[in-house]
Amino acid sequence: MFDLERWQEIFETLSKNKLRTFLTGLSVASGIFILVILLGFSKGIENGVKSQFERDATNRIAVRTGVTTKGYKGLNPGRYIQLKNSSFEAVEKKYDEFFEYRTKDYPIWGANITYNNETGNYRVRGTLPDNQFIENADIGSGRFINQSDVEGSKKVAVIGNKIKTDLFKGEDPINKNLQVYGMNFKVVGVFYDPGGDREEGQVYIPVSTAQKVFNAGENIRNMAFTVKMADNFNEAVIQSNAIAKGIEEQLKEIHVVAPDDVSAVRVFNTLEEAEKIYSLIATIRAVFWFVGIGTIIAGIVGVGNIMLIIVKERTKEIGIRKALGALPMSIVGMILQEAVFVTMFAGLFGLVFGLGLLELAGPYIQSDFIKYPQVDFNIALTTVFLLVFAGALAGFIPAYRAAMIKPIDALRDE
Amino acid sequence: MIQIKDLHKSYHMGSNSLHVLKGINFNVKEGELVSIMGSSGSGKSTLLNILGMLDEADTGEYILDNVPIKNLNEKIAAKYRNEFLGFIFQSFNLINYKSALDNVSMPLYYKGIKRKERTEKAMHYLQKVGLAEWSHHLPSELSGGQKQRVAIARALASDPKVLLADEPTGALDTKTSYEVMELIQGINDEGKTILVVTHEDDIAHMTKRIVNLKDGIIIDDSKVEQVRASLHV
Repeated sequence: MFDLERWQEIFETLSKNKLRTFLTGLSVASGIFILVILLGFSKGIENGVKSQFERDATNRIAVRTGVTTKGYKGLNPGRYIQLKNSSFEAVEKKYDEFFEYRTKDYPIWGANITYNNETGNYRVRGTLPDNQFIENADIGSGRFINQSDVEGSKKVAVIGNKIKTDLFKGEDPINKNLQVYGMNFKVVGVFYDPGGDREEGQVYIPVSTAQKVFNAGENIRNMAFTVKMADNFNEAVIQSNAIAKGIEEQLKEIHVVAPDDVSAVRVFNTLEEAEKIYSLIATIRAVFWFVGIGTIIAGIVGVGNIMLIIVKERTKEIGIRKALGALPMSIVGMILQEAVFVTMFAGLFGLVFGLGLLELAGPYIQSDFIKYPQVDFNIALTTVFLLVFAGALAGFIPAYRAAMIKPIDALRDE
Repeated sequence: MIQIKDLHKSYHMGSNSLHVLKGINFNVKEGELVSIMGSSGSGKSTLLNILGMLDEADTGEYILDNVPIKNLNEKIAAKYRNEFLGFIFQSFNLINYKSALDNVSMPLYYKGIKRKERTEKAMHYLQKVGLAEWSHHLPSELSGGQKQRVAIARALASDPKVLLADEPTGALDTKTSYEVMELIQGINDEGKTILVVTHEDDIAHMTKRIVNLKDGIIIDDSKVEQVRASLHV
């Protein structure tokens, strides 16, 4: 392997056939290149989708209501189903042991908010303390809504980072008063959210306060829970599906909704969605690997083919070498080494080129569903290993043929 | 040096079988220069191939330098070829992308000799055949006679017991043929055992003994008065 002479010979034969070497190398290099790019993108898609889910807790069950589409028990369709504090309490009571966090919300869209002379329209959400964890909100300074805020229906607000920059212009907003429709609220905290501007352009206030100041009485708009995660992902999915279904049935019963009415009470189970998406990602990744490996195989077969031709072309030379005392092993070694070298070199070239492109172009890809396309080191290493193996495989049959050449046949004068 | 007893060889092609060598008995002593003659189909090339361990006899005995040559596998055959034999071919069989020097050092490479020593030895033999200044030329840049001389240097390089030359002058004109024969005679004069297969009378008479083959048997084996090739050059 480290025989200088043999390396020299390999370089000699390769450089004598530049075009052939180049084309063979190109097929392997492009195979690896495509594999790396595909893998990079499948990782990118994975990252992108995962970050979509990071907006909120993955094990979230959310309930929204709408208008009935079916008559039921003498009630007409077209009825708006209004969730109440009591609906929330009923659900909470029934599934309490399974829930980790729970919240009921009363939001107002596009509420007019003013601080000093700055004003803007933002979403104001009446909520419970637990919502911090359901929404994955990070407290930057101050605190989130707490239980005593809710119990006392205090006029306190936790604002998103976007509102801080929009209205407070770099001022520290903690303990300052802002006006929601002219009513004073004291800012107690600032939050960040992985969901970005869309989520950070919100103001959280205690749900009880929201119900009071917006004259909502006992009404709530939606509720959300997170389910305690089972150790096993599949079990967790099954469990949270069962709970989601139970909640739906329970609410339909409370609000007298037909069991097959799909729009009046809607229960979203993020975990189920997540499972679907993750299995989709797994499928995409499998397909990408499949395509990539296929491309490499095409390249490898090319190398094998070329090596066969080379052996054919060098039959006479191999015969001479054998007549001069070359062992069959040294002939096998020579051909194998050449094949491995070509695949290795071309493959590494493709690998570096692919990685380089991902590294350079990756950060410029602006898409919600593709983020940081990359190939991790282990996968790169796997492909390199694959290459050496494939090169040896591609070289083996030609090498074996070469070793079988009888000098007497090779040297026969035509 | 070479003892051959009752050597038989036949080739099978489908249902036909062709009996090429029908019992060859023949000995060569050290330092002899023997030519094997015969028309095409007489079996002379087959005999040479068997002698060169490129082919194996069906029955019979072949002893080379007191080593019985039988039941060869590829590995042992390669080792023996490298140690005992030097080949000279009609069509030179040089490796065309290697320089004269590299061609000559090839058997030494397979013998496992280090590069530096290899180059020195190869250069020595190139000098011997008078091509020292052509050492870095490719075969394509050499004339026919020069190529054959490189091939002879290569055959000599591993210092074999026996040189086997298969029609060494077959592809050369008369003048060059004689030059090559002069070289071969010179090597023989130094004590090397050489077998030459030829169908040219004048070439055969430049050896010391002529073995005549016809239809797979030796019909004549006699010593001759050697004609020095130098007289014709």
